[in-house]
This record gives sequence, C-alpha cells and structure tokens, in this order.
Amino acid sequence: MSMKIEDKLFLDRFKVNQESHLRIIDGEKCMKDCHEQPCLYLCPANVYRLEGDRISVNYEGCLECGSCRIGCPHLNIEWCFPVGGYGVSHKFG
Amino acid sequence: MKEAFDVAIVGAGPAGISAACILAEAKIKTIVFERGEYPGSKNMSGAVLYGHDLAQILPDYIERNCPVERNIVESRIWYLSREGGYSLGYRDSIFTTDLKYNVFTVLRAKFDRWYAEQARSKGVLIVPSTVVIDLLRNDSGAVVGVVTGRRDGEIRAKVTLLADGINSPLAARTGFRAEPKPEQVALAVKETIELPSEVIEQRFGVSSADGVTIEILGQITEGMDGVAAIYTNRNSLSLAIGANLADFASFKIKPYELVETFKQHPMVAPLISSGKTLEYMAHWLPEGGYDAIPDLYGDGYLIAGDSAMLFNALHREGSNLAMASGKMAAETIVEAIRRDDYSRKGLAGYGERLAESYVIKDLRKYRRLGSFLYHRKEIFNQFPRLASFAGREMLTVNGVSKKQKQKLILNTVRKEISMFRLFRFLWQAWRSIR
Repeated sequence: MSMKIEDKLFLDRFKVNQESHLRIIDGEKCMKDCHEQPCLYLCPANVYRLEGDRISVNYEGCLECGSCRIGCPHLNIEWCFPVGGYGVSHKFG
Repeated sequence: MKEAFDVAIVGAGPAGISAACILAEAKIKTIVFERGEYPGSKNMSGAVLYGHDLAQILPDYIERNCPVERNIVESRIWYLSREGGYSLGYRDSIFTTDLKYNVFTVLRAKFDRWYAEQARSKGVLIVPSTVVIDLLRNDSGAVVGVVTGRRDGEIRAKVTLLADGINSPLAARTGFRAEPKPEQVALAVKETIELPSEVIEQRFGVSSADGVTIEILGQITEGMDGVAAIYTNRNSLSLAIGANLADFASFKIKPYELVETFKQHPMVAPLISSGKTLEYMAHWLPEGGYDAIPDLYGDGYLIAGDSAMLFNALHREGSNLAMASGKMAAETIVEAIRRDDYSRKGLAGYGERLAESYVIKDLRKYRRLGSFLYHRKEIFNQFPRLASFAGREMLTVNGVSKKQKQKLILNTVRKEISMFRLFRFLWQAWRSIR
C-alpha cells in the first residue's frame, strides 16, 4: 500500500509560524511565463499546488530543503529560513 | 547582545561543533548559532559516520556515550532493474574487533544533539532557535561578526566560521558561495522505518549491535542520476533515495512518489515489511564536486562542511569531511588568534591544510565523476535493464545451451549498444574516478 504525502508529513513535528517563510514573488509569472512549473513536481513536501488559476504555497509542511528556490526557472520564489526554532524539527534525523 | 566573542560559528552540525570543540580546548571564546530548536533538529544524512574523523576531535567518544545505532560490519552494493538486480557485499570480522566503529550508523537528531553537548561541556556557548540572517562587516569589507534574527541580534567576533550546510540562503545573500545550480545538488528524501531489533538482526544476518549498509543504484531512480540507501539502526531502518535536482525537474517525478515505488521493489519490500514509518525528511546533497568548491576563506571568515560543498558522493562521505574541515578551520583560527591576524592572509593556513588533506585530494580525484554520472543516464536505465536480462537468462534452466544463451545476451546488448560506445563509456568511467 502506497503512503500519501499527507500521511508522511503527518508524522513530522512542525512548529508553524503565522507568517510564511516562502513567497511567490509574482504569481502572474507562474501562470503566464512558466510552462514547466517544476515546483509542482520537485517539492518533496508538495508545498506548491495548482489551485484553479494560481499556485498555492502550503508552507506549513515545508521540509526546508531549498529545492523550490533554485529549481524555479524564473527564480520567482522568495525563500528564507523559518524564524529560529520554527519549522520542521527532526526527531530521528 | 553586546558581548564580544573570539569566534562566531554559524550552524551546530558536524563542521561547526568539531571546530567549536577544538577552539574550546584552546580556551578561545566561541559562540555557535543553530537555527533549529536543538542541534540536529534540521539535519539529515544517511546516516553513517566514520570513527576516524570523530576520534580526531573526541578520542573518547565511545566512553562519552556517543549515540551509536549499529556498528557496520558489512557494506553491500545493489544494482537494480525494475524486477530484480545484483547484490555484492563485503563483510569482515575485523569490523567487530580491531576496526570496530570504522563506520557506524547514527540518527542525526540524536547524534548532533549529543555532539553539541560535548562542545558545551568544554565551555562553548551554543544558542539554538537562532537564525543568522547576515554578516557584520567593517569599512574594508572584512567580516567582523554576525547578525541574527533576534532583537539586538548583532554579535561581534574576530573570526566567523560559516558551517550552515548546503542549503544556505546566508551564503547566497552575502555572496560567499554562489547559490548552487539545480544540477549541483541532489535532492534526497528519507524515511526512518521502525522495526524490532531482532527482526533487523534476522533480516540482515547480524548479531545485536552490528549492522549493514546497502547502497543502491539502477532503475530505482527511474532513469534519473541518483542513488538510494538502506542503513540499519538499532530499532529502525534508514531508507533514503535521491536524485539530481535538475533531473527531478525535467523528468517530472515527485520525490515522495519515487520513494514509494522504491519501497515496493522486490528486493526492498521484504526488508521493510511490517515496518512503520516514523519520520519523513528531505535534504540536499552537494553534488558539484571539486569544481563547485567556493573560495573557502577571506578577511574574517572561513567556510567548512557542506556549506563549502565538501562532499564525496561516491564514498558517501559528508559528515566526516565536515568534521575534518571544521577541525582544520579551528586549527587555523587558533593560529590567527595567536598572531592577531584575521585577514585572508592570516587564515591562509586553512587552504594549505585542506589541500594537503584527504578531503581535497579525494574530491580532486573524483572531480569528473559528477558530470559523468549526470550525462550518462544509461547507468540508471538501459544498463541495469540489460544486466538483469543477462542475469535472468544465465540462471534460467530451459534446455538452451549456455553457449547459446551467451550469444543471445551478447547480441541483445550489441543491438542496443555498439562496442565503440561501450568502450568509450568504460574509458570515461575510468577517467572520472582515477
């Protein structure tokens, strides 16, 4: 039986900040100029999801790998670390 | 904070903590910033560690109750097609006696926390839950401390060691290391899978406290330049799979689906059967090799570990290179402080130490390997498929003579790959690792 990404993330411990540490700089660019939209594939936490005519950023489950930041062909993602102590906390690592 | 320190270290991982231990022993006032809730909470690797480099920092790490999961007595390599594959392993009793703890597994959230605790007991100040967002510079551009995300968060230091890992927005922001290109990193996802220790010992054929590592190549990465691994911990298995980030983007493969397919492979499934996933993580591996290593020191700063792109993909060595480079950085800082010279020239001993060490020598030896693997995708699809075809054919008893089988295999291979291409491949493979 295959495990869904939601079930995987459910196992992790997150301390979620009110404010997102990820931001799409220009949402219009994603829909107009970005044909590949690799963020929808390469993010290991499925943070980026196509919802109607926009890409939503579900930063709460971000695993902080940085892939979206450098994988975005238009470098259209503003990425900083969550505030100290926030974000994912590995129990095993 | 108005207090001034001799050394500020960014990141409480193997590089930063190794440096901190050496500095504390030299009575140098050191502060370490860690963005996680506790050291190790953001870190991930296979994870194997090598006793040699740890013993250089803490000779008595075993007596200090280092959280070793299992002492590795056997290393296996698998080359897999979709349905099967080859397995090669080496086990030696010397790894339970004279060479015990040559390699052992750890869980990074536990190990890093313990390691930082050792530094703290030597007098290092470790500040968790604190992100370093910028570096302080003087008028001539030399680094003179760090800026943290806390209120009044400027800390002055004579030297700053950047040991903040491969994913470093700080490096990108300050320009000390260029942001990696997608093809310069691998993205790996990992699951910790719980199993009773007796079950692990039975499945891997080891006695208690001993363990096995398996490195896996082949069609498991679905044609992408990548690798997987299964390591034994005391009561769990570490199962990881990763591939070049540029490949993930162009193949449109989702990492969390890749790991699920991997778990169902006929050689993997029986090992993890009835296991319960405890945690799911993701992290980059520096894949740029020797040519991606940035300038490792300058006025007032040094870079060590993953942040410096010191990673040997072929030999799964990362944490030990972090420890070794952290140690060399610290030794250089000790000299600089004695001379009161924190300029690029005063820190040049770091470059010299690294160049003479196995760290840089190994990375130089394999400098062509990363690009070779990235461009020779047949290693991850066509070759394992053909190799499995050959294995299956030779092991099937069906009344066909072995000579005829051999001919069939050769003809099948030749139909797909010309001898010229095969020889060129082998030549390039040799050149990439010699």
